[in-house]
Amino acid sequence: MEQPQMEQPQPGKLVQAWTNFIDWVDERFPLTETFEYHMSRYYAPKNFNFWYLFGVLSMVVLVMQLLTGVWLTMSYVPSGDGAFASVEYIMRDVEYGWLLRYLHSTGASAFFLVVYLHMFRALMYGSYRKPRELLWLIGMAIFACLIIEGFFGYLLPWGNMSYWAGQVIVSLVGAIPWIGADLMEWVRGDFLMSEVTLNRFFALHVVALPLVLVMLVFVHIVALHHVGSNNPDGIEIKENKDANGIPRDGIPFHPHYTIGHDLPAIVLFLFFFCIVVFYAPEMFGYFIEKPNFEAANALKTPDHIAPVWYYTPFYAMLRAATFPLFGVPAKFWGFVVMAGAIVLPFVLPWLDRSPVKSIRYKGMLSKVMLALLVVSFFILGYLGTIAPSKPATALAQFFTIIYFSYFVLMPWYTRVEKTKPVPDRVTTKHSKKTAAGA
Amino acid sequence: MTIENRLLPLIARLCGILLLMPAVAFASEASWPLQSMDPDLKNLPSLQNGFKLYTNYCIGCHSLKYQRYERTSDDLGIPHDVALENLVFTGQKIGELMTSSMDPDLAKVWFGAPPPDLTMVARLRSTDWLYTYLKTFYLDDSRPFGVNNMVFENVGMPNVLMSLQGSQAGKCLTDPDTQKKHCELNATQGDGQLSDEEFDAAIYDLVNFLYYTGDPSRLERHRTGIFVLLFLVILYVFTYLLGREYQKEVRH
Repeated sequence: MEQPQMEQPQPGKLVQAWTNFIDWVDERFPLTETFEYHMSRYYAPKNFNFWYLFGVLSMVVLVMQLLTGVWLTMSYVPSGDGAFASVEYIMRDVEYGWLLRYLHSTGASAFFLVVYLHMFRALMYGSYRKPRELLWLIGMAIFACLIIEGFFGYLLPWGNMSYWAGQVIVSLVGAIPWIGADLMEWVRGDFLMSEVTLNRFFALHVVALPLVLVMLVFVHIVALHHVGSNNPDGIEIKENKDANGIPRDGIPFHPHYTIGHDLPAIVLFLFFFCIVVFYAPEMFGYFIEKPNFEAANALKTPDHIAPVWYYTPFYAMLRAATFPLFGVPAKFWGFVVMAGAIVLPFVLPWLDRSPVKSIRYKGMLSKVMLALLVVSFFILGYLGTIAPSKPATALAQFFTIIYFSYFVLMPWYTRVEKTKPVPDRVTTKHSKKTAAGA
Repeated sequence: MTIENRLLPLIARLCGILLLMPAVAFASEASWPLQSMDPDLKNLPSLQNGFKLYTNYCIGCHSLKYQRYERTSDDLGIPHDVALENLVFTGQKIGELMTSSMDPDLAKVWFGAPPPDLTMVARLRSTDWLYTYLKTFYLDDSRPFGVNNMVFENVGMPNVLMSLQGSQAGKCLTDPDTQKKHCELNATQGDGQLSDEEFDAAIYDLVNFLYYTGDPSRLERHRTGIFVLLFLVILYVFTYLLGREYQKEVRH
């Protein structure tokens, strides 16, 4: 690029002072180097689309959850007598306590929403494929951590649904043969769900797991920036570099994506998020369930125990196992199925044998299987919210099999199908128009 | 349009359908149809009357222990001295929580279970449920307090508002063909202090008040929300325009 022939204006004193300061820091800490490596000289593919927003959005939600969480902790009392009352104290007596609480409770749902969309993007474009296997594994670890974090957090308001949903999930441990009963007692720290359980869940929710989450997210980004981002075409942009070693299909992440795309998208996301926070924080009982408006009561089981919406697909799979096998009760197999549904995606990079990464160039079978996965996830999600019945359980069993077959059959269907040729360069709106014109 | 962009409207539509399904599933469960009531937090006279009814008829047994007299009086536009004189019967201070003076252990002996706190009952049960429940007590000699309820069968609560409403006779018949239960209520004319319309209005006020106590910050939340959303709209315009400038720099 040619330098414009203009007289450089003399830098002001303030600018000079700033430059000196940065130089001083750079001698002692790789500030500019780190910024360039991760932001201004990190070259992201220029064909990112809508689906690539959910990574940054999940970081926005993570930060929001951390901040609101810290402020909620200032007024929350983790005790059997005080927990439920302290949440209502936050809702009524703490200045803007209702806002903090609804931001946090809505944030939990938003977190899962953006993470699910982020994961779906990875499935579509094969973002888990070589060389991004570790990136995918770290991401799945974040997801697993998030599930546990959300579960611990759900117990803290100490409402009746918190209590009984916690009871149901902890009791799964008890279904493990031989050691189950003792292990369950060890997890709860008591003979039933009690203040002891509440206190340890509180410690894990506010200290241990957030630490793990933040560290995993950090490692996730380090891994991403080491291998570089995938893109909707599933083409490695690093394989086609110009004379300066810059990928021809890459553009600087900052400011092109950070300010160009992410910033307005974050504002737009916050707009929809705030509609829920300010006008429908309960989301018709999907984000805050009705039985949670009465305090935990060990003697009064809610009519119908259902987890929050983001767990319902897995909960439906848990309930889909209805028969004992090898002398082990059905409950344990339900636990195995549910855990399997979360663990199986970990090995995805080694299940996909397709010569291409992106769904755009994969065959019909891959498209159908991915669509079936999405459909089964939605239907299982719905079935997890309703009371069990014979037809519902049969349906759940059917769609559990569909869900698993996406993964189990993947080595087969990705190999037999006919794929489309992958172009050398990424396709953008611009390049498509040019191709059509030619 | 690429295949993945076509998926999004489909997913949105699926979400919409799934959100509606439980509503349909639950609607068929109640045997006595719930009357709908539309709470109005801006109707201060109604809320004040509800507050008065609550402290006169309910708080003896049912606490509102998460809500304070002071906050309630302030939100409902009642001066503190008026509130202390006419609405606080427990000798408490204005800043205190609205507890009940009933001993929960004794209450358990009297009613079988201690009367629940009702601060959030409207969020737990819904305002429609409360409104219908309070209107559908009927005489039933087989029950300890001589009354039963159409919405909450065999409820352990006496009909506290009978002096206002008057008594009602209730009758349920099971259709031998369809096995469907059909119930009806008949008011005994003239033994209540209030007319039907007056009683309905009183119950509306009471439920409206309980809707308020369920989440007293609602009005503030709705008001604040407008400003937050407006701010975000303006911010979006600026960030969008800024973003467009940065997008222009890219060579394709």
